Amino acid sequence: MNELSHTRTNHLIDPSMHVWGWEIPVYLFLGGLVAGMMIIAGYFLFMGRHKEPKCSCFYLPIISTIVLSIGMFALFLDLEHKLYFWRLYTTFQLKSPMSWGAWILVLVYPALFANILIRPPEIISNKFRLIASLSEKINRMKNSTRLIGILNISLGVLLGVYTGILLSALGARPLWNTSILWMLFLISGLSAAAAFVHLIAKDVQEREMLAKADNTFLTVELIVIILLIVGALSSTQAHIDAINIILTGPFAASFWVFVVGLGIIIPLIFQVLAVQHKIIHTPVFPIMVIVGGLILRFIIVYAGQYSHWSHTVLGK
Amino acid sequence: MNSISRRKFLKISAATVGTVAAVTGPLNSFVNGAVKINSEKEKGIRTVNTFCDMCFWKCGAVGYLRDGNLWKVEGNPLDPLSNGRLCPRGTGGVGAHTDPDRLKSPLLRKSVRGKEEWVQVTWDDALDYIAEKMQKIKSQYGPEAIALFSHGIGGTFFKHTIKAYGSPNISAPSFAQCRGPRDVGFRLTFGEDVSSPERTDIKNAKCLVLIGSHLGENMHNTQVQEFAEAVENDATIIVVDPRFSVAAGKAKYFLPIKPGTDLALLLAWMNVIVQEKLYDIDYVNNYGFGFEQFSAEISSYTPEWAYPETGIDPDVITNTAREMARYKPATLVHPGRHATWYGDDAQRSRAIALLNALLGSWGRKGGFYTPVSMDVPQYPYPSYPTSEKGKVDNPDHKYPFAHETITTGIREATLTGKPYPVKGWFVYATNLLHALPNENETIEAIKKLDLMVVIDVIPSEIAGWADVVLPESVYLERHDDLNVEWFREPFISIRQPVIDSPNDQKPNWWMAKKLAEKLGLGNYYPWKDIEEYFDYRLTAAGYSLKELKQKGIIKGERQPIYFDEGVPVEFPTPSGKIEFYSLQLAEAGFDPVPKYKKPAEPPPGYFRLLFGRTPVHSFSRSQSNRILMDMVNENEVWINIDIASRYGIKSGDYIKLKNTDGIVSNRIKVKATERIRTDCVYMVHGFGHNSKMLKGAYMKGASDAQLITKYEIDPLMGGTAMNVNFVTFEMEA
Amino acid sequence: MARLVMVIDTRKCVGCMDCVVACKTENNVPEGFNRDWITTEVLGKSPNLQMEIRSERCNHCDNPPCVYCCPTGASHIHDYGGVILVEHELCIGCKACLASCPYDARFIHPDGYADKCTFCIHRVEKGMNPACVDVCPTHCMYFGDIDDPESRVSKLISTRKYHTNIPEAGTKPQIYYLT
Repeated sequence: MNELSHTRTNHLIDPSMHVWGWEIPVYLFLGGLVAGMMIIAGYFLFMGRHKEPKCSCFYLPIISTIVLSIGMFALFLDLEHKLYFWRLYTTFQLKSPMSWGAWILVLVYPALFANILIRPPEIISNKFRLIASLSEKINRMKNSTRLIGILNISLGVLLGVYTGILLSALGARPLWNTSILWMLFLISGLSAAAAFVHLIAKDVQEREMLAKADNTFLTVELIVIILLIVGALSSTQAHIDAINIILTGPFAASFWVFVVGLGIIIPLIFQVLAVQHKIIHTPVFPIMVIVGGLILRFIIVYAGQYSHWSHTVLGK
Repeated sequence: MNSISRRKFLKISAATVGTVAAVTGPLNSFVNGAVKINSEKEKGIRTVNTFCDMCFWKCGAVGYLRDGNLWKVEGNPLDPLSNGRLCPRGTGGVGAHTDPDRLKSPLLRKSVRGKEEWVQVTWDDALDYIAEKMQKIKSQYGPEAIALFSHGIGGTFFKHTIKAYGSPNISAPSFAQCRGPRDVGFRLTFGEDVSSPERTDIKNAKCLVLIGSHLGENMHNTQVQEFAEAVENDATIIVVDPRFSVAAGKAKYFLPIKPGTDLALLLAWMNVIVQEKLYDIDYVNNYGFGFEQFSAEISSYTPEWAYPETGIDPDVITNTAREMARYKPATLVHPGRHATWYGDDAQRSRAIALLNALLGSWGRKGGFYTPVSMDVPQYPYPSYPTSEKGKVDNPDHKYPFAHETITTGIREATLTGKPYPVKGWFVYATNLLHALPNENETIEAIKKLDLMVVIDVIPSEIAGWADVVLPESVYLERHDDLNVEWFREPFISIRQPVIDSPNDQKPNWWMAKKLAEKLGLGNYYPWKDIEEYFDYRLTAAGYSLKELKQKGIIKGERQPIYFDEGVPVEFPTPSGKIEFYSLQLAEAGFDPVPKYKKPAEPPPGYFRLLFGRTPVHSFSRSQSNRILMDMVNENEVWINIDIASRYGIKSGDYIKLKNTDGIVSNRIKVKATERIRTDCVYMVHGFGHNSKMLKGAYMKGASDAQLITKYEIDPLMGGTAMNVNFVTFEMEA
Repeated sequence: MARLVMVIDTRKCVGCMDCVVACKTENNVPEGFNRDWITTEVLGKSPNLQMEIRSERCNHCDNPPCVYCCPTGASHIHDYGGVILVEHELCIGCKACLASCPYDARFIHPDGYADKCTFCIHRVEKGMNPACVDVCPTHCMYFGDIDDPESRVSKLISTRKYHTNIPEAGTKPQIYYLT
């Protein structure tokens, strides 16, 4: 075995890289959750479910706005040169997923706002005349809700995909360096959002629909995880070492127990049973899905930073 | 001279400072005297030429000031020692100036010795106190009762003052704790020292043999530069070391020798070279004395004999011997520097000298050149008083071949009062507690003293035992004596201040001169300041101080340095030849040709403690330099990886080491590695400081010096062999 | 167009860290941080050991992920020599570039921006070498324009065996290690 040592002592880098703490996984999770909620709300609009009085598409954009803002605040907290934050918006860097992300976020807010305008909460429309009149105008426009639905779905997908690409573009970290990470984060965002809506939906039919959807999402997520593992194991030694960090290494226990077991398989089994009316719906399993999604982000972000290319030269 | 009692002293200082401080806390914030940083006056970049003092090599340096602040130190391109490239310590010299742990003002001991409790005093008070004590000691015991321990060129003026005072007892650990055995071994053989910088022609060597000499880890600048040049030129490198050193990583042959058996290998090599008639026959015939007896003496030391002793395969011994012979006389068996290892050190060094003699490398290109220097006369001082008692360190010439003063001999005399009492120590820029073996003996000796003065830039452990501590300006802030170097090419260099001292530190010449004046010896310092002294010497030699100050270095003309170039072939031995067989050794009762003795085996479960260097630190004196500490801030103990796993230890663990006398070290980080044999452990010297005033270094790593309670004395010259201690591991709770 | 590169002879390097110290003082690198460092690699079983010592730093890659991932353009390819630099005033400290570097060559300066080796561009533009190259006591480091076939660096890599670090990451690193 090679004895490898170096004299570098940089903070956040040595002895092993840890540049991103809780802020980034929280941001990525909340971003994914919002992406999922936008897709779900957009889908409801597109399908005309907004005619249902209890449709979640009316409050999801409000929740999304709040959740996304919390996520962005976490992101802001992570920045080391905070006063220069605005520099994100004096440029557009074509090759930088983070720059794309910054601009996607700029577009996400108006889309959410447009969604809100379809039926703004009364407290707001009563207070702000302008909002009420905007709302009226939008509702009078032909196909406006369908368009807003499509807009929310599109931006939701972009947002969800971007949270994955943000990491997978960083080729120095073999764990992240897979082209299906965006799929994992998108589907995980969707499953968390479906679980969330399932948890809070006032419409019973909607709740049932989302439980079913969530089961599909969880199944797909499981497949994506398997693909991710197979892909890594059939790649270079660096990728094999990287995936082993979560399969057998320091993050294995939390990955298998919290992400795969309690976050996907157990809720999937019980929700399948619930959908088949063999057991009643409880909030436990959607919560497990949501927590599993959060832990997935933590594991991917932390273990990914820990993964690296081999620095050895001798004997190669 | 004013006579002030100690009581009055405390009053004065209390009045001056207004407070009495235990040093650990508030002293660091004291700023005494005018702070005269140039930064207020100056803008832009300015350079000053000087020479380095991060070690003793004296490389030419250029200090850069930016807006009056010290920015960086680079090598002086004119300098033949460094070729304009300093070593990492020299480059990190800025950290010596900015070291927050530096001594800032003169200190007088407040309570018992070793307690590190002080009051600040003025320079006048401090020097008056010392002078008064010295006069008292002189009248009671005679001037010889004062001894000076000194290191480096900065000691020149204190040596002068102590000699003027009347004591011959001036010593440096560089002899008995370091290069002494080597110099004696070479003197006995060629009649001359290897000197410093060593006269080794590494860059022209076609075959370089390093025995325990880890060039690249020790940063003797010129040698490391030439070593790299030899590597580039594809010189055959043979490294003998229990440890796979950096140099071993460059070697064609790495011989992981069993510690303590180097002499067996040397004898076997010589045996092969003589038996196979591979030696430089003309050279040996022309210049050798006693070759017949020599070859008879070594005839039994075959490679097969050496194998079980050294652990080196006989074929490897034979092949490496032949390889050396192939490139003779451009084969350099490096004499090393720190040579106090196992007690047979002078004889081992003599064997190295003899091997070189067989190869004909002394005086030859790629071997040992003959150094040259410029003729700069000494300052014409009055002659020193002669001592009736003679030196105290080596009574009755117990160690007949010691040609310098033995530090540990002075320590012994201080402890026993024999041959006569020693009552005062001056310690200049050497941390005796880390430099001498068995620190307890040093402490017991200090307890016998009436006066203990330490002059240093940082509060080292030895400073903690002083009565008076005199804070010296670091080399970037002071002048020292001219360096009239003996080297490949002759040159003179000057050390001059690059920047002011930040606090109340003073240069050593100022202290030594002031003290002499207070002792009534002002006639020994006829010059007003050191530049007047420089000017006298340089003018007498025909050079200009102005030019030297401006260039930092004045070079002389190149002169012949090899026998082939016309250097006279002279061997100042009794026979006038290279002494393969030494009559003077025989007469003194020693082996005329080195004989091998088996080293002691470690007790079961113990490992021989070896120590060495890191390129970024000098001895125990640079560990509070924040730039260098940023490179290496603790030492590691190297343990063979198989041994480590047997003990359940892995790299990065912290353990303690315990020696056979039960002394337990500070915690130290483990490096479990293939790079060391299974019968020894290794650590870098100089860490594990326990002086609380050294905040940047306090308790970082472990101190080998602390574990060196045992030492063996070289019977020829009194050197203290320190690689004779064995340690075991104690796990951290 | 010049392409500035570094060629380091690992046979001559003794790992003394002078390059690191020189970088510290030249560039005022804060305590505890390193723009360059020494890597030591050992392979084998005693006494048959192989060792390589390398002075490492930013590889000033031809295909620099740190530049591509930067959301503000703070990390950029300098006009001269393809040197990778960071504009402090543009950096928001998002650390994507730290994560993107296979060599872990970047760090966050205590003032908040991403920092790393600049090839001492301030010296290079005055016709000097980087501080680490000029200080090296073993003369094991060479700096120059690889686009110029007459340069020392071009000659060295056309006549000697060499490797780069982690070429499999696809970054096209521009520090060449002679073996």
